[in-house]
Amino acid sequence: MILLSAPLILAGFFFLLIAAIGALRLPDFYTRSHALGVTDTLGTLLILTGVALLHGFRPETVKIFLIVLFFYFANPVITHVLFRAALRSGLKPWTAKKEQP
Amino acid sequence: MNEQLFIRIIFFGITALLPFYLYRAVRGPNVFDRLIGLNAISTKAILMLVLIGASMNQLDMLLDISLGYGLLNLVGGLAVSKYLEKKEVPL
Repeated sequence: MILLSAPLILAGFFFLLIAAIGALRLPDFYTRSHALGVTDTLGTLLILTGVALLHGFRPETVKIFLIVLFFYFANPVITHVLFRAALRSGLKPWTAKKEQP
Repeated sequence: MNEQLFIRIIFFGITALLPFYLYRAVRGPNVFDRLIGLNAISTKAILMLVLIGASMNQLDMLLDISLGYGLLNLVGGLAVSKYLEKKEVPL
């Protein structure tokens, strides 16, 4: 089982690392919410699925898949509501500076 | 034995990722950056609870606690963002 679940857990950790670098380096709230909303959800789901496969087929596995299903809906909802609140309260998006013609 | 060592290495890797999100939660230019950093830290807390339970063979107790953390995170995020929707951008 570890041959099946170790690539999933390592790929999830890779996506979490990319999300952390994106949260540190990107220039705006909107781009950072893109990094933290999409990539963070994918990494969390991959690590939880890997732990469920590593644990074998026991009654706790069903509960791990319930947490996976909950995260699949909850994390994009929070990111979307924060994004909409920022847009409605008038936060300007970051744009590249225009070059002199 | 080998699987538990692997899970512990992944756990310390996720712990090493936390200062990035904490920097975004403390030094964010406005309040939405702080909220999204806090949301990411809460997600990592749930993930670390599941990993602790898997490395100590007590997964049945810690999964309920992690599901409760997830529900609190969802309700708190929705309430705070609905509150901030009508205001100007606060610093």
